[in-house]
Amino acid sequence: MAEHHNSPTVGTYLAVFSALMVLTALTVWAAFQDLGPYGDLVAMVIACTKATVVIVFFMHVKYSSRLLWLFVGAGFLFMLILFAFTMADYASRGWLGAPSSYYLSIQ
Amino acid sequence: MAIAEQDGNASGYAAPETNYINNGYGLKSWLLTKDHKRIAVLYMISISIFFAVGGLFAGLIRLELLTPQGDFSHSDTYNKLFTMHGVVMIFFFLVPSIPATLGNFLVPIMIGAKDLAFPRINLLSWYVYIIGGTLGVIGILAGGVDTGWTFYTPYSSTYSNSNVLIVAFAGFLAGFSSILTGLNFIVTIHTMRAPGMTWFRLPLFIWAHYATSIIMLLGTPVIAITLVLMMLERAFGFGFFDPRLGGDPVLFQHLFWFYSHPAVYIMILPSMGVMSEMIACISRKRVFGYEFVAFSSVAIAILGFLVWGHHMFLSSQSTYAGMVFSVITFLVAVPSAIKTFNWTATMYKGSIVYNTPMYYVMGYLGLFLVGGLTGLFLSNMGLDIHLHDTYFIVAHFHYIMVGGQVMGYLGGMHFWWPKISGKMYPEALGKASAVLVFLGFNLTFFPQFVLGYMGMPRRYHSYPDEFQILNVASTGGASVLALGYLLPGIYLIWSIFKGANAPQNPWGAKGLEWEVADTPPTTFNFESTPVVTEEAYQYGPIEEH
Ligand SMILES: [Cu+2]
Repeated sequence: MAEHHNSPTVGTYLAVFSALMVLTALTVWAAFQDLGPYGDLVAMVIACTKATVVIVFFMHVKYSSRLLWLFVGAGFLFMLILFAFTMADYASRGWLGAPSSYYLSIQ
Repeated sequence: MAIAEQDGNASGYAAPETNYINNGYGLKSWLLTKDHKRIAVLYMISISIFFAVGGLFAGLIRLELLTPQGDFSHSDTYNKLFTMHGVVMIFFFLVPSIPATLGNFLVPIMIGAKDLAFPRINLLSWYVYIIGGTLGVIGILAGGVDTGWTFYTPYSSTYSNSNVLIVAFAGFLAGFSSILTGLNFIVTIHTMRAPGMTWFRLPLFIWAHYATSIIMLLGTPVIAITLVLMMLERAFGFGFFDPRLGGDPVLFQHLFWFYSHPAVYIMILPSMGVMSEMIACISRKRVFGYEFVAFSSVAIAILGFLVWGHHMFLSSQSTYAGMVFSVITFLVAVPSAIKTFNWTATMYKGSIVYNTPMYYVMGYLGLFLVGGLTGLFLSNMGLDIHLHDTYFIVAHFHYIMVGGQVMGYLGGMHFWWPKISGKMYPEALGKASAVLVFLGFNLTFFPQFVLGYMGMPRRYHSYPDEFQILNVASTGGASVLALGYLLPGIYLIWSIFKGANAPQNPWGAKGLEWEVADTPPTTFNFESTPVVTEEAYQYGPIEEH
């Protein structure tokens, strides 16, 4: 149960902090660009990158045991299940000539 | 399991001079305790109070339904009654019932540990629960809430004029209490097992609690977030679920059931763990197919996350998504059936002891079977169109959640009562209570299957005249059931003061909690860390007659 193989240094924290700041600035900049349908995608990619950096360094996951990695991974897997099954519902609503797709078509 | 030093029913057993009960007196020694056993007792008291409150609401619902006319309560009042019955029973009784009481008490002892991994977080979970419960009670006293325990949007977020915010926040806090409990169990089971206590020597109670903890940890944050989104929309007009603001009310149902279906397994898995322990003991045999029973707990926990759409066949969910959810729902029956078959196979050629825990086991098996099989009716998309939101579904989930969980809770409470309190309860009354609960339960809820099939919808305070006979039967059954619940409450408390002292191992059961720990256990459970040398449930050979 060696929890701390090597703890992060102050330098690591500063590097992570500046990365987060740069990404925040990038988000703001991207918000003012006309990226069409890709605007949401770009914002999401930046946000996910920031979250990953926070989890890996600030929350010490990088320096923790493999078991902890497993549990963090499980959390993401189940979040993925939530998104995938929910989105599968929205994506497949129009497939059948059922009333729901009829109402969608008259909107 | 470990080397048994004492014989099962050894008389002349001297209880330890100091145990966890008399190690420190006064309110402060309880309210600031870090002892998992005392926290379990704190939970036991608070959960019993909420069970009584939820039961009171149930009684008022059944009184209203005695007659076809809505004459006892106004329709608005009735909406609040069934909502508060559901909220109190689910968030403040069923979810914490077994994990926070028996689980808290037994998980460390069963694996040979001194306490849970995070004793302070354990105490914190009780305080979070109590703050949530207090907010819930304030919400009830301030006029209650009428959305149904499901808090469906857009009613909860836009239209309801009742105390949605405070009661939803109470549910949010109760969720955090259960996250803390689940986290504590997972870390404890991973890191604090006694030497020799390998994963496949763990009692099945531990496997069940491990699976439960996974659901608590992975599912509960989602319901917490969902309730927050709903509260943000209601309080500040954020657009998550309101189509006028770009939201979708059905999205709430997706998020809500992502937790709330697995939550059914938070309620039932611990009870299954209790059953495995009791069945092995009353049959004097190792649980048949130990590994299958252990893994079926984990399978239920994981499959349980893939079926939530079966609550939404009649929302605007797509037919294709519905089909996928329906098929996976059928699959959940497999691990549940494995457990049920293995339990009965355990009893086969066992040396059955006819005591109170055994009565509860038999009651549980009957009720869980009916509840589980009617679940298959409902997972069928076509049939569900007819049965959705009728009394059939009310009967189904009460068979699972009350028949399953409460039988396990009461049965386990009897089984481990000598260990927890150091006293014996009156055996004849124990059996009487199990019989009363079983008969009362069936009389209450079986008629509801018929009512639902005939088309009586849930959540109405009046109904057509032809439904009255079955409703009268149901209300009559509820009174018998109430008696069955009241009885153990009375004689268990009585036994604390007047009951005979319990021997260390009154049932001659296997397991560290019976064979090694004192009755009642000392504060740190064991004088020295026990070493485990054999598998669980190594009961001796059964004598031929
Ligand atoms: Cu469900």
